Amino acid sequence: MSDLTSLTLKAALDGLADKSFSSAEITQAHIEAVEAARALNAYVLETPDRALEMARASDQRRASGNAGPLEGAPLGIKDLFCTEGVRTTAASKILENFVPAYESTVTANLWRDGAVMLGKLNMDQFAMGSSNETSCFGNVVNPWRAEGGNAELTPGGSSGGSAAAVAAELCLGATATDTGGSIRQPAAFTGTVGIKPTYGRCSRWGVVAFASSLDQAGPMARTVEDAAILLTSMSGHDPKDSTSLPVETPDFARFVGKSVKGLRIGVPKEYRVDNMPAEIDALWEQGIAWLKEAGCEIVEVSLPHTKYALPAYYIVAPAEASSNLARYDGMRYGLRVDGGNLIDTYEQSRAQGFGEEVKRRLMIGTYVLSAGYYDAYYLKALKVRRRIADDFDQAWQTCDALLTPTAPSAAFQLGDKSNDPVAMYLNDIFTVTVNLAGLPGMSVPAGLDANGLPLGLQLIGRALDEGTLFSLGGALEKAADFRAKPRKWW
Amino acid sequence: MAIDAATVRKVARLARIATPEDRVEQLAKELNGIMSWIEQLGEVDTDGVEPMTSAVHTPLPMRDDVVTDGGDAERVLGNAPKRAGAFYVVPKVLE
Repeated sequence: MSDLTSLTLKAALDGLADKSFSSAEITQAHIEAVEAARALNAYVLETPDRALEMARASDQRRASGNAGPLEGAPLGIKDLFCTEGVRTTAASKILENFVPAYESTVTANLWRDGAVMLGKLNMDQFAMGSSNETSCFGNVVNPWRAEGGNAELTPGGSSGGSAAAVAAELCLGATATDTGGSIRQPAAFTGTVGIKPTYGRCSRWGVVAFASSLDQAGPMARTVEDAAILLTSMSGHDPKDSTSLPVETPDFARFVGKSVKGLRIGVPKEYRVDNMPAEIDALWEQGIAWLKEAGCEIVEVSLPHTKYALPAYYIVAPAEASSNLARYDGMRYGLRVDGGNLIDTYEQSRAQGFGEEVKRRLMIGTYVLSAGYYDAYYLKALKVRRRIADDFDQAWQTCDALLTPTAPSAAFQLGDKSNDPVAMYLNDIFTVTVNLAGLPGMSVPAGLDANGLPLGLQLIGRALDEGTLFSLGGALEKAADFRAKPRKWW
Repeated sequence: MAIDAATVRKVARLARIATPEDRVEQLAKELNGIMSWIEQLGEVDTDGVEPMTSAVHTPLPMRDDVVTDGGDAERVLGNAPKRAGAFYVVPKVLE
């Protein structure tokens, strides 16, 4: 039944609608694919019984004429989304036995629309990482390999399990989250489509928090249209998240295929960074040419504070994390390691429950918020963040969207950067600005490098203008005609 | 501003993370590497710039001050590491 797993989400929904196959059949095909692909370590929890139960219920709903927009479609869920009665760990030891008593709003929206859950997907611990190597379950392996090589590559991070599962056809689409690039960089590394919507588009309720002013959920999928279908279901105002925007959700799929003629596309000169591989520069030029052919007008724009975005992020995000993760104290849920007294119990629980990168970021966050450093670091970073957001506002005076590379390289070898935190952080150089400004950003697969590894282009839009990104993403997808798939070795 | 071993110990205590003595030097080195890279923010002129504290432009919503949920101790306590009846059991707080 491998043909059922290689369908796009759209084609699968069409096939389910015209009864070419049932949800139980397509779900079973995916369960078998997941079992056969354990070498990728993409799923940290497979839920086949639940999946089949949901699939059968879906088939019944369809039979009784109550099919939702995602009726019967099997999806993977990043293990950062709380799922009622199903273990949710954030790929951490401190939550290794945590079974939520509630469902995140985003996943609840998917089930409301008829989707089926295949299981929970691996990720960097607490979404802190760019290579999936900080997971307490071990790293995910990218289904892609360089031509003629057997070296194991990173799928990117933090949503590496989501990216690998989508690329290897272990689900029709997946949920993911993006705090500094965690949807878009893995999408670029695996030849998949990922969009981080505008901050506030998707509810954060029930999503394990990392940095609350930056965290945003979004979908990963194999086509732009599939990503649009998923985002439409995931989005929507939620009174349980006070930063959730009280706005209508458009039918995003209607924007895919729409003409992009006359749109003004900004090309930010500051994104031409030193040491960028020539192939990525060439792909960017190619993307510019494609959009020009599609009728867009290309304008050069300046985002002068771009180089300060990552350092500002590495104050803001750890500061928020140090506050958010203070809840893991071993008292009400999560790992408790008994110490000699209360403080010792806190300190031992957190020391053993958190991985090294999480601890490093909590230390940085605690340091920049501590007495005497707050103004010099935290307040300074918030002011720089304003400057970065102002840069975008300035750019929107002359353009409707921006085109940039998604990541400064193709997927790299596991272990390559794990001893150099700053080198690892630089992966997010093109993606992090969008999180700081709260804007939507999408990565679209656009080509292969000389080693046969996928590369992505990023589109950035105005707040709440995901529709334009879906139109432009559709135009890029069509022009690039990206059909490459990873050669199956697992 | 270099982070020395004493600062690492202080920050680890504030963050409530037990840090073995043989990790302190290495952590100081790592944190210094990251913080010295962050120092470049000093180059940005931020005089008169309002700090950005939120990514959304809408005001925080208000709602009626009424109970909307709760009264379900079993679900709340479901993940407790240690419990007695409808209570969490925690180490002694006051000596």
